[in-house]
Amino acid sequence: MVTASKEKLVQWDPTDVKEELLKKYPPKVARKRAKQILINEALENETPEIQANVRTIPGIITMRGCTYAGCKGVIMGPTRDIVNLVHGPIGCSFYAWLTRRNQTDAGPDGENYMTYCFSTDMQDSDIIFGGEKKLEKAIQEAYDLFHPKSIAVFATCPVGLIGDDIHTVTRNMKEKLGDCNVYAFSCEGYKGVSQSAGHHIANNQVFRHIVGENDEVKPGKYKINLLGEYNIGGDGFEIDRILKKCGITNIATFSGNSTYDQFASAHTADLNAVMCHRSINYVADMLETKYGIPWIKVNFIGANATAKSLRKIAQYFGHKALIEKVEKVIAEEMPEVEAIAKDVRTRTEGKTAMMFVGGSRAHHYQELFNEMGMKTISAGYEFAHRDDYEGRHVIPNLKVDADSRNIEEIEVEADETRYKPRKSAKQMKALEKTGFKFKDYEGLLPDMDQGTMVIDDLNQYEAEKLVEMMKPDIFCAGIKEKYSIQKLGVPMKQLHSYDSGGPYAGFKGAINFYKEIDRLVNSRVWSYMQAPWQKNPQLSASYNWE
Amino acid sequence: MLLRHTTENIMERSALTINPAKTCQPIGAMYAALGIHGCLPHSHGSQGCCAYHRSTLTRHYKEPISAATSSFTEGASVFGGQANMMQAINNIFTVYNPDIIAAHTTCLSETIGDDLKQIKKKAVKEGKIPEGKEFISASTPSYVGSHVTGFSNMVRSMAEMAEPTGHKNGKVNIIPGWVEPADMEELKRMASLIEVKNILFPDTSGVLNGPLSGEYKMFPEGGTTIEELKSTGDSIGTLALGEWCSADAARYLDSQHKVPCSILDMPFGLMATDRFIDALRTVAGTTVPEELAVERGQLVDMISDMHQYLYHKKVALVGDPDQLIAMTEFLVSIDMMPIHIVTGTPGKKFEKRIKEITKDLPCEVNVKAKGDMFLLHQWIKNEPVDLLIGNTYCKYIARDEDLPYVRWGFPILDRQGHQYFPTVGYKGGLRLLEKILNELLDRKDRDDPEERFELVL
Repeated sequence: MVTASKEKLVQWDPTDVKEELLKKYPPKVARKRAKQILINEALENETPEIQANVRTIPGIITMRGCTYAGCKGVIMGPTRDIVNLVHGPIGCSFYAWLTRRNQTDAGPDGENYMTYCFSTDMQDSDIIFGGEKKLEKAIQEAYDLFHPKSIAVFATCPVGLIGDDIHTVTRNMKEKLGDCNVYAFSCEGYKGVSQSAGHHIANNQVFRHIVGENDEVKPGKYKINLLGEYNIGGDGFEIDRILKKCGITNIATFSGNSTYDQFASAHTADLNAVMCHRSINYVADMLETKYGIPWIKVNFIGANATAKSLRKIAQYFGHKALIEKVEKVIAEEMPEVEAIAKDVRTRTEGKTAMMFVGGSRAHHYQELFNEMGMKTISAGYEFAHRDDYEGRHVIPNLKVDADSRNIEEIEVEADETRYKPRKSAKQMKALEKTGFKFKDYEGLLPDMDQGTMVIDDLNQYEAEKLVEMMKPDIFCAGIKEKYSIQKLGVPMKQLHSYDSGGPYAGFKGAINFYKEIDRLVNSRVWSYMQAPWQKNPQLSASYNWE
Repeated sequence: MLLRHTTENIMERSALTINPAKTCQPIGAMYAALGIHGCLPHSHGSQGCCAYHRSTLTRHYKEPISAATSSFTEGASVFGGQANMMQAINNIFTVYNPDIIAAHTTCLSETIGDDLKQIKKKAVKEGKIPEGKEFISASTPSYVGSHVTGFSNMVRSMAEMAEPTGHKNGKVNIIPGWVEPADMEELKRMASLIEVKNILFPDTSGVLNGPLSGEYKMFPEGGTTIEELKSTGDSIGTLALGEWCSADAARYLDSQHKVPCSILDMPFGLMATDRFIDALRTVAGTTVPEELAVERGQLVDMISDMHQYLYHKKVALVGDPDQLIAMTEFLVSIDMMPIHIVTGTPGKKFEKRIKEITKDLPCEVNVKAKGDMFLLHQWIKNEPVDLLIGNTYCKYIARDEDLPYVRWGFPILDRQGHQYFPTVGYKGGLRLLEKILNELLDRKDRDDPEERFELVL
């Protein structure tokens, strides 16, 4: 073994850890954080409840970002043939320029604006006199330069405050240009309490302005949409490879490596497979209500999870040919995965991980760690809601607090002509009888061991303390956390950007991940932190060079 | 083609910025604040800004970047962020215990008109700032200027900490401007060779190029101390490097506390370094040691040795004004031809200065302040170049146009070394020249036909 020797607190008690985390806080902060730090344990008659999706404590050094990031950066950013125009001062547009690794194939038409950054670059005069004129002009200039099929406009903090009416501007421009769909997102950074509000706003507008625009029937069998998959490091490419091999047709991915037309045609699919529940469950629900497409939760992170998800999709369609094909593909793919898992496991078995990632991966990646014999001892989200922790059954009890009340909820009704239930009530019942679950997500908690710690909106202080006390073998979070954790001598894996690696989804992704974690937890570098003279500072005798 | 929609035909744009050659103020203020010892930068706005600025600086340095935020909600955005700030101050001092909080604003708090100076007064009055702790602030509206402006505004706030005692400290203030930690170290090394006692501020060396030792220090050893900042009013003079980055603070010390100042170019390349060394020698009344003369001679030597590969090569440049002015001068001084020069940062003096430096070149020079990288790319398509110099975003142009390319400026997200090896001074000049030559010669090796492929260049 080449890992640095570390004293392990094997017998840490979660109650003590929690107490230690809270000790340093001012009383008000401690009371609030106590509700967001949960010890996962079975309670009588109920499951433990966590507080989530509440405002961030000022000055606490949160990991969270804003609504604009959730809307433009996450959901709308990855579509290659929409010109994403940011209405605001330059920063918001600059920081979201190519910094999320949504890989994209420019396709045969070559229309690809992913490498560009578009902004109205608001100046003080725009703040004083309003920026509507400039926005209108910028849309015109973008149209004249590129003739895109669609231009999306994103609001940033000052836009809402100065009262620019971006929806009227875009409506007028859509009319004026004729062959370009122009629409806007009121995703000012101060709305809601995190990126999450931005997801919701993006879901609403993409559904309102794009979904259903193209009724053309696409070729192929077993049509699904893959919802909440953003093709980070090529995850979507790998999932598409597997789906194709199985003979399953992916109509639209929301929104990794996607096009405008995919969104426009999404209502022609027969099943919605939801990867990231947090970011896209709104669209999933709306597609069901308006067009009759049911949704199921899937997970393509982890080889076993991938196999399970493929079987679920095959079971839904229920055709013998598909079911057999899926089994054949799994049988073809698994031997290599298992061989590598077996080898890696000799070096990873029994090691521990912590994961604090956005709104879904802190759950999904536990599958991969399980496959390596590693245990997740603490996990949490930046901005997930209680349903992502506790399961969707808590949704009826959720209260929207004052900070999120102004996020628009749109009412969707069944489409008069295009609503078509994909399965009869009887068929749905029959599937459910076999244990098949529609519109369901059980959340993170049931998959975590007794006594593990689940922490919402983890901050810098708690991250450092947790690592010091519980000494995980690997810590997973984002770029802002990476280097402070590594300074402590603990390997840190970014599960947003994958540290430029990936894909980690699907079968090939599982192999990549096993190898990557093996590399990290067994790297020689962690043994170099002390110089020889620091290990033995006291000289017992002096050298004599004479 | 990564930028396939960029056309040769240049259309006048007045509202649309594409591929900016700048970013917004607060990130500059955050970077500057990290150059104070024991300082936690604080972003008074909604938390997205702070997350973005920390992420960008982290990607550039591969180091932890700590900063707190007021985390505005919609309510605070309408009714003002004072309550958020008061909570933040209390939480920061209780949990993280910095010596000083250096707060800056965003477009949000600036638009609603929050006044950080007034909030500080209230915090002091209510005893929220513990004994011996400091709080400074800078107003950094994102809709004015650029990240460079934000840097300058925070540096000025540092100068405003000056508390003259009436006794001169015998030191020279050196305001380095937005340069890398290694550059700040190099400036201190040069000053110490000339035996000029100095206060360098801000100073990110030892903060953003730290070791891996098994210990995480939110407040590393480096950084200008609060005592030093207070003492800048007692210095015998100030050398401010870069009009955009450093002049404001220097002029403040001059007008408020009669610390005379001299505004110099950033010492990139031969001539700007000559002027910096000469100024140091003059203010301190010392002689320049042989060691520096040798370093200078080595740079001149390398220029003469490799001149054939440099002569009349066309270069496109993008970056921040102070750095670009010095770099343009360096390129001209080694007989290269900088022909397309763009900064996103506004300022009339920029174009004038570049025109002066390039006036004797035997070619047309395109220069624009408040330009963007889309325009730069279009210029390159119309008049191709032999070399491109700029930040990481240039790699898309370099690949599409198949250009040799030197990474220089901010941000560099995809290569290492910029935090460890200086590019200022004669030593830095050697490194810049090495980087330029490596690119040009690698290209020659790649493109020469086999029969002309040479062992010795």
